[in-house]
Amino acid sequence: MAEVKLIGFWASPFSDRVIWALKLKGVNYEYVEEDPYNKTQLLLQHNPVHKKVPVLIHGGKSIPESSIILEYIEETWPQNPLLPQDAYHRAMARFWIKFGEEKMATICSVFKTAGAEQEKAIEEATEQLKIIEEKGLGDKKFFGGGGIGLIDIAFGWLAYLYEVVEEVSAVKVLDAGTFPRLHAWIQNFKEVPVIKESLPNHQKLLEHLKRRREIHLALSNCLD
Amino acid sequence: MAKENNVKLHGMWASPYVKRVEIALKIKGIPYEFVEEDLVNKSQLLLQYNPVHKKVPVFIHNGKPISESLVILKYIDETWKNGPPLLPQDPYKRAKVRFWTIFLFENLLSVARSEGEAQETASKVVFEKVKLLEEGMKDLFQGENHHIDGENMGILDVVLCSLFGAHKAQEEVLGVKFIDPEKFPRVCSWVTTLTEVTAVKEFRPPHEKLVVVLQFIRQRALQASAA
Repeated sequence: MAEVKLIGFWASPFSDRVIWALKLKGVNYEYVEEDPYNKTQLLLQHNPVHKKVPVLIHGGKSIPESSIILEYIEETWPQNPLLPQDAYHRAMARFWIKFGEEKMATICSVFKTAGAEQEKAIEEATEQLKIIEEKGLGDKKFFGGGGIGLIDIAFGWLAYLYEVVEEVSAVKVLDAGTFPRLHAWIQNFKEVPVIKESLPNHQKLLEHLKRRREIHLALSNCLD
Repeated sequence: MAKENNVKLHGMWASPYVKRVEIALKIKGIPYEFVEEDLVNKSQLLLQYNPVHKKVPVFIHNGKPISESLVILKYIDETWKNGPPLLPQDPYKRAKVRFWTIFLFENLLSVARSEGEAQETASKVVFEKVKLLEEGMKDLFQGENHHIDGENMGILDVVLCSLFGAHKAQEEVLGVKFIDPEKFPRVCSWVTTLTEVTAVKEFRPPHEKLVVVLQFIRQRALQASAA
């Protein structure tokens, strides 16, 4: 069985997605921690175009971009399928995965803003979250139906990272009152054993994001 | 039991995203009904089929709607196995093709929507990406010359075609030349070959019509940003 290596960053939700998928499939892998602020030759060699994590290396072949890695994992290790069998429902899954990726920046824009700009960011984030809850999740337990799948993995950052983003940005967007179904999904998602044991340390994440927010706000003040 | 195959495509004649789906349907030999949408006056049907984005293309197979051009292309590939495959069989080759498909991005739109210094900055990004593609082609096609005809066009050919197939009209309207045979010989040769493929030629609107529509989009975008 060819060797599997993952170059990742502990605080990156894109990295986490790949870890969850590998674990749910029961695939053994070697994890290599990368500091994205101090990139190694290994990373530059395996992802010369974007120079980012995560990168999956399977039998010496490098695959970058988390969404592409997830599809690769699903195709290479068919046990415990994370995408529906039916082509139409697979198309729906891919639609929502893409939607989540496109809207992540908008939903997280509260992190990079303050004052009036942040107020606007909250409104925009709320709008996108409403679409995700109503049209994506609906009344299902998980995005794909009864069990965890690729869409849930792709939206996983909403379940653990977003609350830290909110805390650091001193806002509350994803509250249980406004988004009861998303909240229920978050609880269900976090209870999945593989997810429970793999989530990054909350305190560590909090300190890390506090520092990042300070840097962002300082930079945007300089650029004004 | 033969599956009833009712295929409809809601689109707009000048949209490159719609073009991708049309070319794919042509390559696979799938008969379909085309429904022209007026994007300024969207139909109730479109809003019903694509309530999230309200955009074209929307692909409807036996009454079930799918939107987002790349999602549609993958669906077509998985559902109609008799035609040539849009994606390679091997998972690693598929991953490589997927990488370049999403890499070739809508940065062109930023160039169309800006002028002066802003356009220069946006153009730099596109030039960078085309340069990376030029270099990436070596790895992608592993040294051989990429031979394309109507029989073996894949998803990457379709996407590249939809982005740069109308490059002459783009050059005329935007005043920037991305498909430069001296800077990017491989990409240029690839795009030129693609535009000559019958399946593609059929769907290419006349040059003058394209120039008019691109100019209209650009003027509207420039006015919107000036407002």
